[in-house]
Amino acid sequence: MIKKSKIPGILTWLVLLFFYLPILLLVVNSFNASRTGGNWGGFTLKWYAQLFTAREIWNALINSLLVAFFATLISTLLGTTAAIALHRYKGKLQNMHYCLVYVPLVVPEILLGISLLLFFVALQVELGLPTMIMAHVTFCVSYVAMAVLARLQDFDQALLEASRDLGANTWYTTRKVLLPIIFPGIVAGGLLAFTLSIDDFVISFFVAGPGSTTLPIQIYSMIRRGSMPLINALSSILLAVTFLIILVIQWISKNQEKKEKT
Amino acid sequence: MNLRRRQLLKEWGLTSPSLLWLCFFFLLPTLIIFAISFKPSDPLGGVGDGWTLQTILALRNPNYPEIIGRTLWMSALTTVITLVLSVPIAYHIARSKPWKRDLMLLLTVVPFWTSFLIRIFAWKAVLHPDGLLKKALVFCQLISPESLLLYRPGTVLMVMIYTELPFAILPLYAAVEKFDFGLIDAAMDLGAGKLRAYLSIFIPGIRNGLLSACLMVLIPCIGSYVIPDVVGGIDSMMIGNVIAQRTFVDRNLPHASALAAVMTIVMFLPLLYFLKGKKQEDGTATPAREVV
Repeated sequence: MIKKSKIPGILTWLVLLFFYLPILLLVVNSFNASRTGGNWGGFTLKWYAQLFTAREIWNALINSLLVAFFATLISTLLGTTAAIALHRYKGKLQNMHYCLVYVPLVVPEILLGISLLLFFVALQVELGLPTMIMAHVTFCVSYVAMAVLARLQDFDQALLEASRDLGANTWYTTRKVLLPIIFPGIVAGGLLAFTLSIDDFVISFFVAGPGSTTLPIQIYSMIRRGSMPLINALSSILLAVTFLIILVIQWISKNQEKKEKT
Repeated sequence: MNLRRRQLLKEWGLTSPSLLWLCFFFLLPTLIIFAISFKPSDPLGGVGDGWTLQTILALRNPNYPEIIGRTLWMSALTTVITLVLSVPIAYHIARSKPWKRDLMLLLTVVPFWTSFLIRIFAWKAVLHPDGLLKKALVFCQLISPESLLLYRPGTVLMVMIYTELPFAILPLYAAVEKFDFGLIDAAMDLGAGKLRAYLSIFIPGIRNGLLSACLMVLIPCIGSYVIPDVVGGIDSMMIGNVIAQRTFVDRNLPHASALAAVMTIVMFLPLLYFLKGKKQEDGTATPAREVV
């Protein structure tokens, strides 16, 4: 047995601290009455109160939710069929398909953003919420497909064969055996698509038109204009929502594991 | 024959929705970048008629070599530092007790889910001239009250490492977890020193994870735009910032397009190399797979 060095452990916890320290400071500062955050001016909820009366933030939130809802719906459908196709068939077509699904995962957002902007300009499509939804579907499909594919590769393939041997046709097998098994993958992929869409700034910024300001675009313009305490409060709310979503996902996957063990 | 045709029809039925969508909204727009690089701009901020070489020739701007050089240098530096930090972290996580391992993995994944913009803004607040860190450093007499923490190349580098670390740790963790540590014991039983055993057995053993992590960090870095924009100054501009400037400030879309074409070419070289290696042994980790 090798003697364990302490360095990796210390480094890990230091880096984890490095991950959370700025976020923690931001949440603390959202309750700070002092404007600059360098010193503690007493506990306050006034920044949160100001948020509730800011009309443009509410509008941006509604836009973000609309875009995320439709983008999640469409990309979950497309991503799930893509994963089933990639899993079921092999060959030249699927190799090409896999490349097309994989490459958007690694292409920098700014390239997706500028190329979609130029595409819409070339087709003379007016920029707005529909173009934003199309852009979001494009980068979400790949994530959903990968999530469902991971699930498909994990389960026991013999179940499908058993179903077919017992006389079920492909459609019946898909509906009654395959879909229930990959359902957690679909849910996870959908949640991933939803958070990616809600959080996306770069691509949205490029394809946004007048009247399609989403929450990240609103936050960005607030960062530029410099109303720091308000962004602190808004960010803290968004962080809380994200943590809640992560907890739900954890809970779903834990339950799933338990079910599969019994 | 008939059965084969039905089979093919079924395959196309399942494949075509995503295939067509991605061809139309991903492949075609990427090709359009190259086409529009040969178009003139029009005064209204759109794309003019006819074809021209003027746009490509305008890339000979004397500032560009420096900006492109800086982009590559900063991206390479971020990748190296991120990987050097991530290997021991991935190692530690993979070799911890299950409950600790799950906790540390969750803590690594959470930043991946939280808004990128908020995490960068959090740094801006920390490093702000009236912020806590500046006050603490001045108090300890480590820096003078006049010095700036924000808007410097070092700041951009640090925040880039901060945002990229989870993307390197996760694929590396997947690789370390699969590594058979019995091999290290074997090497040491055969007389190799600890360092030698790790360098010549462990590092090649997680080669795929390293390659995957390298790509996951390097490519987004080349495309950085928000980080230099929010925490960087004029001497930390990267290609992404110039593309955004040409798009939103000058409204010269063909020029932005030509720059994007340059970035696409720079980025596709490592990507092609990686995909070629990937085809031989499938199942390398993508962050999406790790998270779910």
